[in-house]
Amino acid sequence: MDLMPQTADSSNRSDPSSERSTLASIRRLHPYVRTALPRLIGGLVASLGASLMALSIPAVLRWVTDGPLTQGARDHDWSGLIWSVVLVAVLGAGEAGLILLRRTLVMFPGTRVEAGMRMALFRHLQDLPVAFHDRWPGGQLLSRIMGDLGLLRRWLVFGVLQLVVSFVTIVVGVGLLVATGGWLGIIFLCGSIPVTILAFRFSSKYRKISRLSQDQSGDLATTVEESVHGIRVLKAFGRGPDALDQFTDQAEGLRETELRKATTDAGLTTALRVIPEVTQGIALVVGTYLVASGDMTLGTLVAFFATAQVINGPVVDLGMTLSMTLNARTAVDRFFEVTDTVNPLTDPATPADVPAVTPGQAAQAGGHVAFRDVTFRYDDAARPVLDHVDLELPPGTTTALVGLTGSGKSTLAMLPPRLFDVTEGVVEVDGVDVRDMTRAQVRERVAVAFEDPTLFSASVRDNVLLGVSDTLPGAEREALLTQALEIAQAQFVAGLPDGVDTRIGEEGMSLSGGQRQRLALARAIAARPRVLVLDDPLSALDVTTEEAVTARLRDVLVATTTLVIAHRPSTVALADRVAVLQGGRITAVGTHHDLLASDPHYRYIISSLEDDYEAHEHEHEHDREHGPDERDKQNEGALS
Amino acid sequence: MTATTQPTTGPADRRRPTDAAADDETSLGKEASRSVRRRSMRLLGDLLRPHKKALAWAAVLVVASTLGQVAGPWLVAVAIDRAVPALQDGSVTPLVLSGAGYLAAAVLGGVAAGAYVRAAARIAQAVLLDLRRRVFRQTQRLSLEFHESYTSGRIISRQTSDLEALRELLDGGLTGVVSSLLLMVFTFVSLLLIDWRSGLVLAVAFLPAWLLTRWFQRMSQVFYREQRTASARLIVKFVETMTGMRAVQAFRREPTTEADYRKLGEDYRDANLQIFGVNGRFQPGLILIGNMTVVAALAVGGWRVLDGTMDVGVLAAVLLYCKRFFQPVQQLGMFYNSFQSATAALEKVSGLLSEEPTVTEPANPTSLPLGDGGRARGELRLDHVRFQYGDGPVVLPDLDLSIPAGQTVAVVGTTGAGKSTVAKLVTRFYDASEGAVRLDGVDVRDLSSSDLRRAVVMVTQEAYLFSGSVRENIALGRPDATQEEIEAAARAVGAHEFVLDMPDGYDTDVNKRGGRVSAGQRQLLSFARAFLADPAVLVLDEATSSLDMPGERLVQRGLQTLLADRTAIIIAHRLSTVAIADRVLVMEHGRIVEDGTPAELIAGDGQYARLHEAWLDSLV
Repeated sequence: MDLMPQTADSSNRSDPSSERSTLASIRRLHPYVRTALPRLIGGLVASLGASLMALSIPAVLRWVTDGPLTQGARDHDWSGLIWSVVLVAVLGAGEAGLILLRRTLVMFPGTRVEAGMRMALFRHLQDLPVAFHDRWPGGQLLSRIMGDLGLLRRWLVFGVLQLVVSFVTIVVGVGLLVATGGWLGIIFLCGSIPVTILAFRFSSKYRKISRLSQDQSGDLATTVEESVHGIRVLKAFGRGPDALDQFTDQAEGLRETELRKATTDAGLTTALRVIPEVTQGIALVVGTYLVASGDMTLGTLVAFFATAQVINGPVVDLGMTLSMTLNARTAVDRFFEVTDTVNPLTDPATPADVPAVTPGQAAQAGGHVAFRDVTFRYDDAARPVLDHVDLELPPGTTTALVGLTGSGKSTLAMLPPRLFDVTEGVVEVDGVDVRDMTRAQVRERVAVAFEDPTLFSASVRDNVLLGVSDTLPGAEREALLTQALEIAQAQFVAGLPDGVDTRIGEEGMSLSGGQRQRLALARAIAARPRVLVLDDPLSALDVTTEEAVTARLRDVLVATTTLVIAHRPSTVALADRVAVLQGGRITAVGTHHDLLASDPHYRYIISSLEDDYEAHEHEHEHDREHGPDERDKQNEGALS
Repeated sequence: MTATTQPTTGPADRRRPTDAAADDETSLGKEASRSVRRRSMRLLGDLLRPHKKALAWAAVLVVASTLGQVAGPWLVAVAIDRAVPALQDGSVTPLVLSGAGYLAAAVLGGVAAGAYVRAAARIAQAVLLDLRRRVFRQTQRLSLEFHESYTSGRIISRQTSDLEALRELLDGGLTGVVSSLLLMVFTFVSLLLIDWRSGLVLAVAFLPAWLLTRWFQRMSQVFYREQRTASARLIVKFVETMTGMRAVQAFRREPTTEADYRKLGEDYRDANLQIFGVNGRFQPGLILIGNMTVVAALAVGGWRVLDGTMDVGVLAAVLLYCKRFFQPVQQLGMFYNSFQSATAALEKVSGLLSEEPTVTEPANPTSLPLGDGGRARGELRLDHVRFQYGDGPVVLPDLDLSIPAGQTVAVVGTTGAGKSTVAKLVTRFYDASEGAVRLDGVDVRDLSSSDLRRAVVMVTQEAYLFSGSVRENIALGRPDATQEEIEAAARAVGAHEFVLDMPDGYDTDVNKRGGRVSAGQRQLLSFARAFLADPAVLVLDEATSSLDMPGERLVQRGLQTLLADRTAIIIAHRLSTVAIADRVLVMEHGRIVEDGTPAELIAGDGQYARLHEAWLDSLV
């Protein structure tokens, strides 16, 4: 897997796209912009036309007053005036019309391209595996899909046109000056050299700051997100003020970056104002001298300054459009950084030919799951979590997976539904390597109830029926819902204000832990999978409820192959057999009673009988003497 | 089983006046719209007030830069009119003067323009920092019941895209508006001086311009509100999908979430299109009005020229001034547009800021009497407490309970018995509807939150980890703790070993939402936090649910040491945890039905005795 590590610390984030030129970066937009190009070009033409008309109106006014009107006043001829009025009116309406046209032409491409790119990014993010999402903070992704794409939209609608129009006006204007202005034109051209150099130096400097600023915004969004998700902890410890301090530091960092950006921008603005104006000041002195000496006509001097005035505006605007363009470029880079991430967990080119399953339709028989010599190592970890694991889950059996906290039980549970892929070895469902099936095929067969019950702010119904096919008839869906809620002992739902249609808050935060867990359990049951993976599904339930759920679950699980992660005997009671996970390997498989008799490690994990307590106390003495690292060994020794 | 509510009640009962739905409202009534607008303007004024001087200075810089811009053409005219003849007469002075003047104007104007960019950014960034902090503080201040409905996505959207709209106004807006107005005033005055009658023609043009602007204001106000709402919805959906990605993928919800997200994306796109649409008519409209005014001035002036009442030269000047008058109008339009956008954003932000927490900080806090070692004693008294969520059904009808300092009390009972509510009242996540909760004789509502949080700490079932290192996460319990103290706390709960096993030990980044740490390990870390916090009263709300048996034993042993000299309320369904309690309360429907030492209750034939038996059966 090659997933870019992302930390909250922006400084050590590398910028792999820094080598690319701005043009090359922006050219990558081509597939997204292609269909919008004709409209964009149309908008550009309209924009240039409007600029031309705006420029021509003063000239026409001067011509009208000097020509037809002066003439007409002499001859008392009114037709000249009428024609002039009509002409100016046509030009004026034309300018407004062209601007209207430009606006109308570019607003669709701008917003559509943004929406298209947003969907592409979203689709890619949904496709990327859980491992990617574990590493990329939500705020960073959010700032890319909202902030960056918004920047890009504004650039497509305003920036790119303005950039081209300014550029064309400047090039044409300078060309005119050089062609007609003689020495003055050459002076002006000299002035444009430092401007060009400065603009380039500005670009490379500004780009870096712009990147930093956009990354920092993302980190800030992450902090905000966490401060809300973790608000209970912050409140419970009264750490609101500390969180505020930390947030302030981060916001302060962003502010400083923004100020640095503004300082760079200010430098360019000053240069873009001062250099052309100073050049024109020199041209003024030289020109006046040339006119006085008779080497230049007054008309040429006046024409030079009239044209120079026209260029000044776009030159000053250039600073703004340039920074806008550079920000857009950073946005493009940050966008592609995510979409370029290769998905290591993909569907096979030719999926195995397995019979279709309709989720929600009761499976006749459970699936057969086998872990064959499975090794799993997280990308950035030195040691594998699972080390050559062999385990069979025969159809229709319920196996409890038991092991100490952190022994890799949950990791193992993520393998059958392909939320992670094995590093080595094979996981088979019904004799087929899960990697030979599409993710959809696998996940139709395998349903999971996570230890963290992830609920969505939707109705109870939608949350529970999450894994049930939408194509099932309504009555069947209702039946599944009712039954799943009943099995999970989630009758509390009936007492909610709108029953199963009650919307539950963000991540189900408004429900208690036990209520959330029962909904998550109901969700896994409702999917009616061939294989059910339950990650410590009863941990937050009280004894009575747990008993009731266990009794009902055992009925339901008769046909379903189930892997249940268990921390305590009451959960193990669900299972026909127990597998013990220790040191990344399955060290024992057997019934609860057999293992209790034969396996000291199992006894240590699961038992809470008084003798074991005493053995434990004894081991605790050793703890103090020999240090906790020996705890396990000591304990096993004491028990066996 | 934790239950905050009775089976017949539900959290959604607690509907609040300002929840997500109210926040999403875009078509407000006239009165509401006005008051919302007033509220956001008040906030803007509030934010800008401390920067009065800086704003004045920025305005000076804009004026200087505009003057520099205007001076150029004027000096060119001077040079042509005066310096050329003077030079021909042999005098260099006018040339030198106008040349030097031009250079001076160029440098002054340019430097002022650059300085303005910095000055504006400084104001904008200071205002944003201020506002960010306000929103953040408010977020932390607001009660849990608010957050349950508002969602983190909405708060993120307030903090990011809404603030971005304000930034655009502050950054770019001011230059445009000041220099534009300045140029327009200059031009208008010059026009009046040359020919006041043409000035009247120009004045007439104000009417359609005003009408157009009113139209734009009305439309854009609604559209920008829609855009803010659409953007917030899009963010909410995105945040939730990314947070719940495991479930989305495991249950193959990708197509559905994609469709939902596409729908919201299209709403957002449509909102933007509407804005571009109304904006794309407003600005050409203004230009059309300007151009038609020039036409009118030409017609009226031309008629007068032909009539002989006006000189052609004057008309030429009048027409150029008229044209020039309308040139900055586009910039003004852009300013007004970003102003509308920022106001819509401020409406949302000010809405969040004006939320009042249901649990408020006392105006004059009573200080907590401290015992030995600077710690509160930890005596708790729930004095005839009645509690209900909002207008919902009553959860605790009349709870009267005294917990002496140092006692460890276990609370058991079935779903909806009100156990968690007791925890939430003691920690002041909620306030009692009637009656009072007292800590060492002081009503918790009279305690400053820093005093209260120092004395009372709760460990909940959701062991949330923040991104950052393991050390930082434990140190949340007491930020000034040393490494030794942090390790001691981790050791006390048996977390030390697995932390050392991590790649960078205590410096290991726990990453997004505790990525690689198991649920049990997370609970151990959050226990370590509580150990480190060293409070007088410790509340454990189902805090051991995900621990394995050895882990739970270890925590219990740690607890026995920790709880020796402090008050504790333990809410648990694992009766093993209850074993270390001095006293057990059995709750049912918000009432205490059994109260005694574990031994007493086991000996009886009440609920606890039955629960205990069931629990024993479940053990090996």
